Amino acid sequence: MSAPTTDRPTPAGAGPAQTKPLPPISYKAPIGYGVVGVLSLVLFGLLPEGGLESTFTVSTSKDFVTIDPVTVPSKLTAIVLSLVALALAAYSYRAASRRRKVGVWLPVLFGVAVILAFLTWADAGKASPMPLTGLLQGSLFLAIPLVFGALAGTLCERSGIVNVAIEGQLLAGAFLAAVVASITQSAYAGLVAAPIAGALVGALLVLFSIRYVVNQIIVGVVLNVLVVGVTSYLFSTVLKNDAATFNSPPKLQTIDIPLLSQIPVVGPVLFRQTALVYIMYVVVALLQIFLFRSRWGLRLRSVGEHPKAADTVGIKVNRTRMRATLLGGAVAGLGGAFFTVAAGLAFGKEMTGGKGFIALAAMILGRWNPVGALAAALLFGFSDNLQVVLGIIGTPIPSQIMLMTPYVVTIFAVAGLVGRVRPPAAEGIPYAK
Amino acid sequence: MSTTPPLPDGAPGEHVPPPAGTGTDAVTTTKEQPEPRSSSVLREILSSGWLVTVLAVVLALVLSGVLIAAADEEVQKAAGYFFSKPTDTLTAAWDAVSSAYVALFHGAVYDPSKDTFAASIKPLTETMTTSVPLILAGLGLGIGFRAGLFNIGAQGQIILGAVGAGWVAFHLDLPPVLHLLVAMLAAAVAGGLWAGIAGFLKARTGAHEVITTIMLNNIAVYLVAYLLTTSVLKNPGSTNPISPPVPESAQYPALLGGQFRLHWGFVVAVLAAVFVWWLMSRSTIGFKFRAVGSNLHAARTAGISVNASFVWVMVVAGALAGLGGSAQVLGTDKVLTADVAASFGFDAITVALLGRSKPLGTFFAGLLFGALRAGGFAMQARTGTPIDVVLVVQSLVVLFIAAPPLVRAVFHLPTPGTRRERAPRPTTKEVAA
Repeated sequence: MSAPTTDRPTPAGAGPAQTKPLPPISYKAPIGYGVVGVLSLVLFGLLPEGGLESTFTVSTSKDFVTIDPVTVPSKLTAIVLSLVALALAAYSYRAASRRRKVGVWLPVLFGVAVILAFLTWADAGKASPMPLTGLLQGSLFLAIPLVFGALAGTLCERSGIVNVAIEGQLLAGAFLAAVVASITQSAYAGLVAAPIAGALVGALLVLFSIRYVVNQIIVGVVLNVLVVGVTSYLFSTVLKNDAATFNSPPKLQTIDIPLLSQIPVVGPVLFRQTALVYIMYVVVALLQIFLFRSRWGLRLRSVGEHPKAADTVGIKVNRTRMRATLLGGAVAGLGGAFFTVAAGLAFGKEMTGGKGFIALAAMILGRWNPVGALAAALLFGFSDNLQVVLGIIGTPIPSQIMLMTPYVVTIFAVAGLVGRVRPPAAEGIPYAK
Repeated sequence: MSTTPPLPDGAPGEHVPPPAGTGTDAVTTTKEQPEPRSSSVLREILSSGWLVTVLAVVLALVLSGVLIAAADEEVQKAAGYFFSKPTDTLTAAWDAVSSAYVALFHGAVYDPSKDTFAASIKPLTETMTTSVPLILAGLGLGIGFRAGLFNIGAQGQIILGAVGAGWVAFHLDLPPVLHLLVAMLAAAVAGGLWAGIAGFLKARTGAHEVITTIMLNNIAVYLVAYLLTTSVLKNPGSTNPISPPVPESAQYPALLGGQFRLHWGFVVAVLAAVFVWWLMSRSTIGFKFRAVGSNLHAARTAGISVNASFVWVMVVAGALAGLGGSAQVLGTDKVLTADVAASFGFDAITVALLGRSKPLGTFFAGLLFGALRAGGFAMQARTGTPIDVVLVVQSLVVLFIAAPPLVRAVFHLPTPGTRRERAPRPTTKEVAA
C-alpha cells in the first residue's frame, strides 16, 4: 500500500510540483499480479484432479491451412501457464523495486497466461473442445459497443466534459438505426442515422452542461433516463403498432476481406466482420493519431487539462468542448447501431442493458486513451463472450459469478491495483471566464 | 420550449453562474481533487426557488403531453387533415393528453369511480407504499450530494438491504417484533457496508465514487441473482429463483388494516426523514459532512477528517437505502426476487435531486415520484399510454429544475439578482395562466 505518511491530501497524480522527494515505491501491481498468479496456480493447476485433457480448436473451414485441434494435459498445462504468470509477477516486482516502468506487454502477457490457464481448467475432461477462434471472434463482436462508447467517453473527457450519458447515446443510436434501417430497408442507412441520434443526446448534454452549467454527471444520469423513457415510449406505441415498417431492420452483412480473412485465427477474428467493425478500426486509429499528434488534439486536450491556459492563448474553451461532446455523442451513437443493425435484432426496450456504463469503465481502464480503451473494451467483450461459450460447454462456475467479474475487475482497476489512473485535470468543471 | 422564442430576457448565457461562483472557484481549487465542483453546482440546485420547481413540473408535463399526443392514433388521424380543420387535431390532442393525465391522477391519488371511500382512496395508499423505498434511498443520496459525493449506487444498496433483511427473515426464528427489528438492522448494515466499500475506496485510493458505485450496482444485481439460486435465499420448494415468503413475524405490519398494502415502512420513512434532518442540521457529524461538501480543503484545514467523512457519508446513505430495500421485501412484496429493487435506486437519484437533497423536499419528491409510478400503471391499463412516459416526465422535471435559467427563459421570468432567495411574487400568476 502507498505508505500513509503525514500528508495524504494529494493522492492524485498531480502532486506538488517542486522539490518533491521520490515517491515511495508502490508494490501494488506486483502484489496484485502475485496474488492472481498464486490463485491461478492453486485453483486451476494444483487443486483439480489430474489425468484430464483439454482440447482447443483453432482453425475454421475457410482458412488457408487447417490446424488440427490441440489437445493438452489439463493439469500440467495449467500449472505451466500459472508459473509463467508468476514469473511475470516476479519480473514486475523486480522492475518496481528498481523504479523501472514496465510496458503494456506485461499485463497483456500476464492476462493471456492466466486466461489460458483458466480455459484449460474449464475445458478439462469436457467432450466439446474450446473454440478458441470462435471465442475471440465473439469477443470482438460483443466489444463493439464498448469500444465506441469508450471512445466517445475518451473524446468528451479529454475535453473536460464528463459523459455519463454514453448509455443513452448508445440506446438512441440503436433506436434510430433500427427505425431508419427498417424504413429504408438498408442496414447502411441505419449506420448513417445512428450517429445523428447519438449526437442529439450529445447536444442536450452540451446545452445543459455548458450553457446552463448544470453538473455534468447529473445531466448524464438524467439524460440516460430520458432516452430510456422516450425510446421505450415510442417502442410501445409507434414501433409496436407497425413493427413491419418501423422495427424490422435488415442485418448488416459480414464482409470478408480477401486474403487477410483466410489467415488462420487472425483472419476470421479480425477480417471476417461487418462494416461497423472496420469503421471501428478506422475510428480508433484516427482518434489515437489525431488526439495525440495533431493541433486539433492538442487543443482538445489542453481544454480538458487547463482551460484557463488554453483560453489565454486564444482557444475557445466552450466551443472546443461543445464540438468534442457532439463528436463523442456521434461516435457513441454509431456504437448503438451494433445492437440493432449489426446484431440483426429488432429494437427492444432498454436493449443496451448497461453497456454504456461498462464502456465508461473501459475508458478509465484504458486510461483515457483510444488504444487503451480498445484493449479494455476487448477484455470486457471477452469476459462477456466467455460466459456464453462456457454456458455451452458447461462449467463449474455459476454464470452470475462470471457476469460479475468485469465489474469486480473494474473496481480493482479504478482503486489503483493496475496502476494509478489520472483523469484529465479539468474534467467535469464548467468553464467560465 | 418550442412555444417561446429563444433567448428572451437577459440572455442567460455564460454568466448565469450559480451564486457561489462555481466556475472560477472550482477551477482554482481543482488542481488536486475534483470534488468541489459537484458540490457547488449542487448548491445551485439546492438554492433555486420553489416557483422554478413548480414551473419545471408544469413544463415537463407539457412536453410529455406532446409526446403522448404525438403517439395517439386519433391525433395522427386528425393531423392528416390538419390544414383543413386544425381544431380536430387540437381537440384530439387535448383528449389524449387529458385522459392520460386524469387516469394518472386517478391511479395515484383518488379514484372517484369506486363505490366505497376505502376503494377510492386506495390509489393514494399505493402511492405512499411505492414512495417508501424512493424516500429512504433518496434521503441517503441527499446526504451524499450535500457532502459532495455522487452516490449512484442506491440500486445496489437497496438490493443488499433486501438481501440482508431477507436472510434474517428466512433463517432466524425470533419473536414477532424483535424479528422485524433484527431484519431491519441487517438491511441497514448490509446496505451500509455495501456503500461503505465505495466510501472506503474513495478515501483510501481516490477511486471515483461514480464508477465504483455503478460497478457495485451491477455486482449486486448478479449477487442477488446468484444467491437466489443457492440455499441462502432460494425457496427449497421452488425451481424458480424466488425466496420463500417472509414469515409474518418479520413483516412490517399493515398501517391501515389488511385491505391496503400500506405498511409501517412508511412510518419508518417519515422517521428517517426526521432523523436525516436532525443529522444534517443539528448534529456535529452532519456539520462535518456539509463542511466537506462545501469546501473540502477548508474542512481539512479546520481539522475535519475528510476521508472518515467519505466513509461515513456512504455508510449512512447505504444504511438508509438498505432500509428502503427492507421495506420492499418485508412490507410491499413479502418475498424476495431478483427484481426487488425494480428501478427504485435510479429513481431515487432523481428524487434526491428534485428534493434538493433536503429531507422535507426529498420526502415530497418521493411521494410525487411514487404517485407517478403508481398512477403510471393505472394510466397504462386505462388509456393504453405506456408507463414509460413517466420516465420522461421524471427526467425532464429534474433537468429543468437543475437549469433554472432555462425555465425562467421559457416562462419569461426575470432573472434574479446576484443572490436568489425566493422567486419574485408577482410572477406566480403565470402558473395559473
